[in-house]
Parts: sequence; C-alpha cells; structure tokens
Amino acid sequence: AAAMSVNADLRRERAAATFQPELLTHILDGGPERTRRRKEIEALVLNDPDFQHEDLNFLSRSQRYEQAIRKSSLMVMKLREYGIADPEEIYWFKSFVHRGRPEPLDLHLGMFLPTLLTQATPEQQDRFFMPAWNLEIIGTYAQTEMGHGTHLRGLETTATYDPSTQEFILNSPTVTSIKWWPGGLGKTSNHAIVLAQLYTQGQCKGLHAFIVPIRQLGTHEPLPGITVGDIGPKFGYDEMDNGYLKMDNFRIPRENMLMKYAQVEPDGTYVKPVSDKLTYGTMVFIRSLIVGDSARSLSRACTIAIRYSAVRHQSELKPGEPEPQILDYQTQQYKLFPLLATAYAFHFVGAYIKDTYHRINGDISKGDLSELPELHALTAGLKAFTSWTANAGIEECRMACGGHGYSRCSGIPDIYVTFTPSCTYEGENTVMMLQTARFLMKSYTQVTSGQQVSGMVSYLNDLSRQRIQPQHVAARTVTVRINDPTSLVEAYKSRAARLVESAAKNLQAELAHRKSKEDAWNRTSVDLVRASEAHCHYVVVKLFTAKLAEVGDAAVRAVLTELCLLYALFGISRNAGDFLQAGILSSAQITQVNQQVKELLAVIRPNAVALVDSFDFHDVHLGSVLGRYDGNVYENMFEWAKKSPLNKTQVHESFHKHLKPMQAKL
Amino acid sequence: SVNPDLGSERQTASFCVERLTALLDGGAEQTRIRRAVVEAIESDPVFSRENQYFQTQNERYEAAVMKAVHLQKKMHEMGWTENGPEYKYIYRALSGDVAFLLHRVFMRSISVLGSDRQIAKWIPLATQHKLIGSYAQTELGHGTYLQGLETTAVFDTATQEFILNTPKISAMKWWPGDMGRSATHTVVFAQLYIHGKCYGIHPFIVQIRSLQDHSLCPGVTAGDIGPKMNFEHIDNGYLLLKNVRIPRENMLSKFCEVRPDGTYVRQGSQQINYFTMTSVRISLISDEVLTPLQKACTIAIRYSVVRRQSKLKPGEQEAKILDYQTQQEKLLPQLAAAYAFHFTNDYLQELFDKGYREIQRKNFDMLPELHALSSGFKAMITQHCTAGVEICLRACGGHGYSLLSGLPSLYTKILASCIYEGENTILLLQTARFLIKCFMAASAGQPVPPSVTYLAAVKHGKCPAKNKLDFLSPDIYTEAYQHVAVRLTSSTAAKLQDLIQSGVKKHDAWNQCTVQLVQAAKAHCHYIAVKNFAETVEKLETKAGIQKIMKHLCDLFALHGIFSNTGAFLHDGYTSAAQMDMVTAAYLDLLAVIRKDAVPLVDAFDFTDKSLNSALGSYDGQVYQRLYEWAQKSPTNQQMSPAYERYLKPLLHNTLSKL
Repeated sequence: AAAMSVNADLRRERAAATFQPELLTHILDGGPERTRRRKEIEALVLNDPDFQHEDLNFLSRSQRYEQAIRKSSLMVMKLREYGIADPEEIYWFKSFVHRGRPEPLDLHLGMFLPTLLTQATPEQQDRFFMPAWNLEIIGTYAQTEMGHGTHLRGLETTATYDPSTQEFILNSPTVTSIKWWPGGLGKTSNHAIVLAQLYTQGQCKGLHAFIVPIRQLGTHEPLPGITVGDIGPKFGYDEMDNGYLKMDNFRIPRENMLMKYAQVEPDGTYVKPVSDKLTYGTMVFIRSLIVGDSARSLSRACTIAIRYSAVRHQSELKPGEPEPQILDYQTQQYKLFPLLATAYAFHFVGAYIKDTYHRINGDISKGDLSELPELHALTAGLKAFTSWTANAGIEECRMACGGHGYSRCSGIPDIYVTFTPSCTYEGENTVMMLQTARFLMKSYTQVTSGQQVSGMVSYLNDLSRQRIQPQHVAARTVTVRINDPTSLVEAYKSRAARLVESAAKNLQAELAHRKSKEDAWNRTSVDLVRASEAHCHYVVVKLFTAKLAEVGDAAVRAVLTELCLLYALFGISRNAGDFLQAGILSSAQITQVNQQVKELLAVIRPNAVALVDSFDFHDVHLGSVLGRYDGNVYENMFEWAKKSPLNKTQVHESFHKHLKPMQAKL
Repeated sequence: SVNPDLGSERQTASFCVERLTALLDGGAEQTRIRRAVVEAIESDPVFSRENQYFQTQNERYEAAVMKAVHLQKKMHEMGWTENGPEYKYIYRALSGDVAFLLHRVFMRSISVLGSDRQIAKWIPLATQHKLIGSYAQTELGHGTYLQGLETTAVFDTATQEFILNTPKISAMKWWPGDMGRSATHTVVFAQLYIHGKCYGIHPFIVQIRSLQDHSLCPGVTAGDIGPKMNFEHIDNGYLLLKNVRIPRENMLSKFCEVRPDGTYVRQGSQQINYFTMTSVRISLISDEVLTPLQKACTIAIRYSVVRRQSKLKPGEQEAKILDYQTQQEKLLPQLAAAYAFHFTNDYLQELFDKGYREIQRKNFDMLPELHALSSGFKAMITQHCTAGVEICLRACGGHGYSLLSGLPSLYTKILASCIYEGENTILLLQTARFLIKCFMAASAGQPVPPSVTYLAAVKHGKCPAKNKLDFLSPDIYTEAYQHVAVRLTSSTAAKLQDLIQSGVKKHDAWNQCTVQLVQAAKAHCHYIAVKNFAETVEKLETKAGIQKIMKHLCDLFALHGIFSNTGAFLHDGYTSAAQMDMVTAAYLDLLAVIRKDAVPLVDAFDFTDKSLNSALGSYDGQVYQRLYEWAQKSPTNQQMSPAYERYLKPLLHNTLSKL
C-alpha cells in the first residue's frame, strides 16, 4: 500500500497523551544511548534488501525453513562484518532479522558453541571450536528424548566405552530413547552434542555429553548408523527443523566426550568431576531470558490489541451517536489494561534478574556462591509465573480483537504459537513452581528452627515473631491503603507468608499420616504451587513498586504509578479469596479494590496508545496488519488477503475437478 | 497390542463403560446408529484425514470440496437423509472436515426468511446443488452490531431491481465461509434504501459467480481472506459489490416486502429471528464445543498414563504423570466439565424443544428466557471448553505442541467458537440485561421465568457446612452457587440504580457496570450448570456404578468452581475461611478418587482412533511408536531439503572462514 496518513483516531490518541513516550522507551531500554543503538541496529537490518522476503503467512513450512536458513547464514556473516559482538546487540540483530521467531541456527549459536566453550578441553576446543565458529560444523544440543524431558536422570541413550578401540559406542536402545525435539537437528546440523548415560568398566556413571558427527561433511547425507529427520509439523516453530536422532552402534573416538570436568581415561577408568555449581548459572541466565521474553511477547500482543481497539468502532454507547471506539467499553479496558500493566511489570522483573545475574556472576568468579541457590529458586518460579501469565495474556489480547484477531494477518496467532512452548521448555512450569516451593519450604523450616533467612524470603522471618500467637501469621491486621503501592506490597507479602505457612503445615500433616516424603510432597503439590505463585506475585509487585522511585520524569512516573497500582489491585481483585481468607482485607475493602480497578481503567484510558507506542516495536517486527503504527487497518487487510495462496488463480482448480462434474451429474 | 500401562487402567473401572456411552448417546440404539455412521465414513478412504497435518491450505480446501461432493454420493448410497436419525452423526464422523457448511445456512435462511414462493424456487436448486450458497453478514468493519452494517441495496423502481453496493472498504463482506472460492450465490445483508429513505438491514439473494465457468459476475470482486489459525479447509471470503443489480424478487420477503411501486410493507412477527439465533447457539455446543473438549481430554488422559516421568518413590519405576496431584488438578476438572456441559446441553435442548412447540402455537413468552440462557451458556461453555482444551494441550508437555498430537488443531478450532455466533462478552451482557430486568421484576413481586425465580428468594444465611464431607452434599454447594449469583446480580442492580439516581445517564451507568454485569451473568450460568448436573445425577440409574461416578464428577465440577474462585464465595462471609479449607481438602481428595476411573471415563466418550487423529491419544496407547512412524511421513522427510543445495551447502563450505 502507498504511504498513507495516520488514522485520525490514533492521531487523536497520541495528541492526548500526558507524557512523552520516548522517555519511557529509554527506561525500558536502559537509557537513551541503548535506545539509540537499538534503533541503529534495527535500521541496519530493516534497510538491508538481503533480509526482505514475502509475507511468511503465505509460505509453506519448507519455504519458511528455507527463508530462515537463508537469513541465518547472511546474519552470521553480517554480524561479523559489522563487528557486533555484545550479546544484547547480537540478540537485537537476530530478533530483527527473524522478527522474533526461532531460526535453525539457534541451537548452534546458543547451545553448541557455548557448551564447547564451557565443557570442552583446550584440545577439543582446538578441534571443534574454529570449524564450528566458521560454520563448517553446525551443531545442535540433543538432550530431550521421546519418552523423557524434564527428569534428566531418566534419559536412556547409552554411550558404552570400548577400551579395545578407545571408542564410545552410542545406542538408542528403545523407541522412547530416540532424541526428539532438538532444534536444527532435523535437516540443518552435521554434528550434535548428545547427552547419554555413560557406561565404562560395566558401570553406569550417569549423564555425560558427547560430540557426535551425524551427517557426512560434503554430501550432508546421514552417516551409517545414524537415523535422523524432522519430527513433523508443529503448532508453531515452522522455521525450525526440530529433529529426531536414533543411533545404532555408532562409534565415536574417546576424545569426543566433553572432558573438561569428568573424564574417561584410555583404559576406561572414570575420573569424577569436581562439583560443578556453574551449570546453575547457565540455567539462571536462560530463565532470565524467558522472563524478558514473556514481557516482550505480551507487549507485542498488547500493542496490537490496543491500537486496533482504538481504530475499531462498534455498536453504540449513547443512543443516536456514532459507533464508539471499542477501547471506550469498560469490558474491553478490563481485558487489556491489566495486561498492559503486566507487560510493564515483567519488563522490570526481567531487567532485575538480568542485573542480579550479572552481579552474582561476578561473585561466582570470585568463588562466592552464597546467593546462587536463592536466585536459582526464584528464577525457576518467575520463569513459570511470567510465562504462564503471558501465555494466557496473549490469548486474551487476540480474543479482544474479535474475528480479525483469528486471522493470521493480526500477527497474534504467530506470537502465541511462538511463545507458548516456553511454558514447557527449559523446565516445565509446574516442575519449576515446585522447585521454588522446595526452597520456600526449606526457608520455612529454617525460620521455624530459629534461624534467620535473607533476600526475597525474609518476610518469613516475621513468622517466628508471630509464633507465640496461636492464629495464622497473616491474621494480624495490616492496615492496607489501597492507593499506596508500598502498602500493597505489604498485603502481597502477608498473602505469600500465609500460603507458604499453610502449604508447610499441610505438608507436615501429610508427613504425619503417610509413609514416604515423596508421597506427602505429591499430596501437597497443589498447595505448594499456590504458595510459589503467591511468592512470585509478591516479588513482581515489589520490584515494580521499587522501580517507581528510580523514574526521574514526573509525568512518566505518574503514569507508571497508575500502571503499578492497577497491576497490584487487579491481582488482589482476581485473587480476592486469598486476601479474604487470610483476613488481610475485609469484604468491604475488596469492594473498594474492585471499584478502584475500574476507576484506574478510566484514568489509564487516555494514555493507552502512548503506553504501547513506548514499547517501540517497528511495524516489520510487529508483523501485524491490525497493529500498524498508522492504524490503516482495513485497506491493508484487503491488500494482504489478495496475496493469499487460495487467490493465486481467479477460478480455483477444484471447480473443474469436483464442483463442475457434480453439478453436471445432478 | 495395548500398552499395559493403559490396559491396566481399564481393569479397575468402577462402572460399566458401555452403559455410560449409551447414556451419553441417549440410548443404546443411538449408540448403534452412531457407530454405524462412523464406520461407514471412516472405512471410506475419500474421507480420510490421515495426512491432514501435512497439507497446505490449497490442499486442505480441495480435499474438503472433494469430501463434500463425495458425501452426496455416500448419503445416497447409504440411504441417509437429512431428516433421518443418522444425519446428526455425519458431521461428527467427518470431524467437520468438509466444505459447503454455509450452504446449509444459506438454505436455512431462505426457509426462515423467504416467502413461500422464494422457498419453492430456491430450495430445490440448492438441494440438488445446482448452485452453492453462502451467507454474507459480517463486514470488515462490522460484526456483532448488525445495525452498523454499511452495504447498501437501493431500490430502482424503473427497472424493478435492487442495486447493491459496497460504499467503502470497511463495508466489504469479510469472513463468510465457502464464499472465497466455492459459492455461486450468497445471502447478502444490506441497508435497504427506497426513494432515498433507509429501512434498515434486509437479506438479499445475490449471484456472485457464473454457473457456467465459475467466473465472477460483473461488478463482483470476491476472494479468500487469507490464512487463519485453523479452518484451512474453508474458503472464508471477502465480497465487494459495485452496482450489482438483482431483481426485486431476490429480497427475502417473509417479514418485509418491497412492492413494485416502492411501497415498503412489514408483515408478521420478527421475533422468530431471535429464535433462529437461539437455535444456532444451542446447536453449535455439541459438535463444535463439547466434542473438541472430550477429544482433548481423551488424548491428554490416555497420554498421561503412558507417559512416565520422574520418581514418586525412590527405587521405583518412574511414575505415570497422571499420578501427580498437579497433573490431576489440570486434567480432571476438564473431564468433569466435559460431563457437566453435556448435561447442560441436554437441559438447553429440552428447553429449546419446549420453546419451539410454544412458538408454533404462536406463544412467544419463553423467548426472552431462551435467548438469555442460550446467549449466556454459549459464552460460558465456549470459554470454559476452550480454556480446557488449552490446558490439555499444555499438560502434554512438548509432545502436545506437535500437530501430530491432534491438540493444536482442536484448540485453534474450538477457540473460534468464542467469537462466532455472537462475541462472548456481548452475549454475557445480554444475559445480564435479562437478569437485571428479572431481578427488578422479582423484587417488585412480579412473576419471572422459572430459571430466575431464585433471584426473588434472597436469603442472608451462612453456609451450614461443618466438615469437608458436607461439601460433597449437592444441597450445600448448589446453595453456595445460588448465593453468589444472587449477591452479584443484586449488588450490580443496586449499583446501577445508585448511578442513575446520582444523575449518570442510563447508558453511561450501564457501561460503568459492565465488568460486574459480566460476572453476574457468569455466576448465574455456573449456578444453573451445577444445579442441573446435581439434579441429573439424582435421576440416573443406580446400577452399573453410573450414578456413583457421575456424582463424583458433579462434586468435582462444583468444588473446582469454588476452589478457583474463592473470593466470590468468601465475600460477605457466606463461606468462612475455615470452610474454604474444607472445600480445598474435599476437592483434592476427589482428585485421587476420580483418578482411578479417569481412563474409563474418557473411553466412554467412544472416539475412534481415526476421529482423534492423534499420535498421543490412540486406544492402544502405543504413543512413541506411532509418533515416530508419523513423523517419518512428514513431507520434510520425504524429499531432500532444497535448502541444503541452495543455502546450507555454500554455508557449510566455508563461506565464512574467509571472513
């Protein structure tokens, strides 16, 4: 479509904003300089004709894979050409090239190379790293098996050492042991780091990593003994060749086991690794990325839904008047604004974890691991909490766009299918919540035995002070001021304390009745998940509130304070039962909270479009006809539809094949 | 052979599966007919859906057209007719994967909205497929709010024709099924103008494609609206009309007629229109909403006893994931809902049949209640079931994300039901309007329809439960649901009145209360669903363990609703904090009880493997083997990737090492 002027509704919305969106963008990016650099990189990609292509919605899966691999190879070359090396800048570049979608080299760049760096010996690095860096070797990371995911010890692939030839023999002994899901494995990679149970001298030594060549260099044909392929169509991830790998007596040299930590000597002697807490660090890092991803994906969906709701007019609010913008309906605001507030909250949580990780990482290299367990526990829960919330939120945004949200041109279906696996990968969410719960239970036990705990769980210390009183800890009266974020943080704290205590007591009661610890834990797990959720919710409210004090510009601070209040109050409204049951708030106060939520909707309404503009997504990155910056939705939907594969010919061939013969016969 | 992990689940069923299936079908004879239809369809290779997950949009569309054409032949062959007992099972057996569904809507709208002469002319043509019809109401810029449609039909007395136009881009017809590529005719809804005066929205039969070569008629622009989340087999279309002339006789004129001189005549009651909407909303619940949730439960629960992960007890085998409380808490409430809504659907169907009989006797008294219930339940059930399918999908971890699990397509299909035939929020507000009206009437001592008489009997008691077992008493929980529904309706009514009395205009006051109104409407429907389930269980046969297991599911359905919405029940102190702990305990105990019958309960839905079309959910539980075999059939594995020669090869051969 030719350049069109901005839709009048959106123009009006932007003119009415009470703050400057750029200032808020700077806060999200981490300073004006970061914003400038991000836009510079964005322009580098978007102005590059090499990265242009047809709308992916109209391509088949093979074509999408092909486009992705084409862009990925260019991307690697151009990144080096431009000398972009900062991890965040690489992330931006990649994200603009692939428009927020996965790509076939993700595992090579994100897992294969880093694993070589951290787990290979210097000799192995000499052999593999440079070829991999230069993409003569393309690798993936093959951990998950068809029958085994989160529970790593259950993996079945075996690597048996044969001292006579000094080789490992790799086998997939059962159907369930076939490696399944690794990205880039199906068609792209010629090597894989394979996790397998190591057997040497007749003993199983547990899981270890091996570098396994899978395809012939030159012809790219699978090697003898290797069965490899694509796992077929998925909900999303069309551009990714998630693959399977089956190995039958496939032999690799002894030197292909990653041996920086554990080793197998030529005679088969196994040398144990020194304890390795560092892997904790990697997990924390990846989970912090998912928290950031939750924020970004939800922000994209909110941008689309809110802009479209300002452009779309429907029904009547006042008899006789023109149809209003659907964003003026209270029910629409109630669907979207709490999600907008959530997107902001998660941005700040993501930034906090990243900063904390970098700070603690410094401590780790100095040998101080004291903060790691808490951070590890916290990020597990926050990964689950934010990805669950964002997952549901993206769907709500799509639903709020009515029928057109269902069309692929809205872009939200794509955001959803790309994002939703993060509830599963890098630790299934329920399992993550239970990890956090384990830490909470441990902290609770420490407190009840008279020790102090620190960090985000320090509120549990209050429990011991309350111990003399027979009632629930949270039954003490908290004076909650519903217009004061700091006071709401206290309310969330009380809720978390109450649910942690209640889960702990239920766990103890089960332990008293049942035979095994595991059984008791299982029978309490619904309570435990609730406790973790309450803990994470508290952390999010606390971090959002803390962020407000750092904002210099008064207008921006005002609008963020409104969002923060909405986030906190909406959460109370939705979980009113917890606050009522614990006596933290009375029924009358809950009614006030509900009322205050609705009043905040009206307060935020004039800034809604400016608040999504502040996320600063480029139209190309947003990939949505409904969410275009200029708001010219309908004209462009028509243009878009004309390119549909079904419209390639004027009369579809099925007319001649099926319709016409039928009509002739009847 | 059946996977022993799945087989063992069937050994311990507490009830007779076949009996339950018959109950769901409405009798053993119905089960027999259904199975015969399914067998006839599934044994015919033309109807196979085996490769569905690998097909492109074009291929899916073509297959659906082929199936629609073949179905005519099949029906003839089998002696099935549109009025026969088999007919309702055909769609289920095809899993909806067939074209020309809008053709039926086209015919129905002519039957309902057309004059006798129009019916006599068009219905035989449509029945013989001499033409293919569609139904064009929604526009690019306009959906639920019909009065806002912008397409115009101007009457020209000189030629006795209507001139149809799409005056601007937002007026383009958008979304109608079968219209993008297939339809030759469509019923177009347009604003009628006579002598410059607008008479509102009316239906017109418009030919859009040639009956000879299928090319578009002069003045018509039509095509496919592009890829969607699902329904790849349907050519949802757009339609742009430019001075398209149709004869005066093409305006459907049962209720309104334009005379040759341009006189506009209204005849008969239009209330029947409301009845049509009601009938569509009720009829979609079974096939479009309940079936997908039942299928999703079948897949997820069978997979959850085959999948083993981590250990519950040290030294033992890894546990079936269905033995984890958290997994039960995800899936079993969905299973309970699938049963609950099955009985709700029966209740609505019965009410509808009664209403239909009344209407034939020209008595329209039941219409408001029917309209309110069908709107509210359409919204509630689609929302619940859509969320339920998604929970099932995510409960299957990574493999749920594969199309081969069958779950993504069930999800993307069912979620459209939240939007079509009335957007859910708007429908709930219609129910709320009815509730407020009835509440006011009841408060003033006037009579109200049966489903809302409870609104008059406001009691200010407290929940009488003393221990967790009391919460397994239907009286106790039904009363709690009733209390919440009354409280939400009465407090919203009071709020509305306050606002209006304080000088806020009526429509503004309404808008300011809509969030609460939606909650009240949901609470009302939830109450009716729980009450109906409990009453149904009462009446069930006590033999073969059926009543007992249904009672468990009813309890679970009710307690899950309280557990996930504790605030509503604690508010105003009807339920105490201690009672809420009892609810939680009773609820969690039930999970373990129903767990034992989970597999038989999904077996009772009686889906064949072909209809599930899932690598994870087959009856024999050979999950991994099937997943592996299916994946190998993927086109991505059939050919050498063209990407290798074109992009990978140069990449692998050192393009970079030069840098």
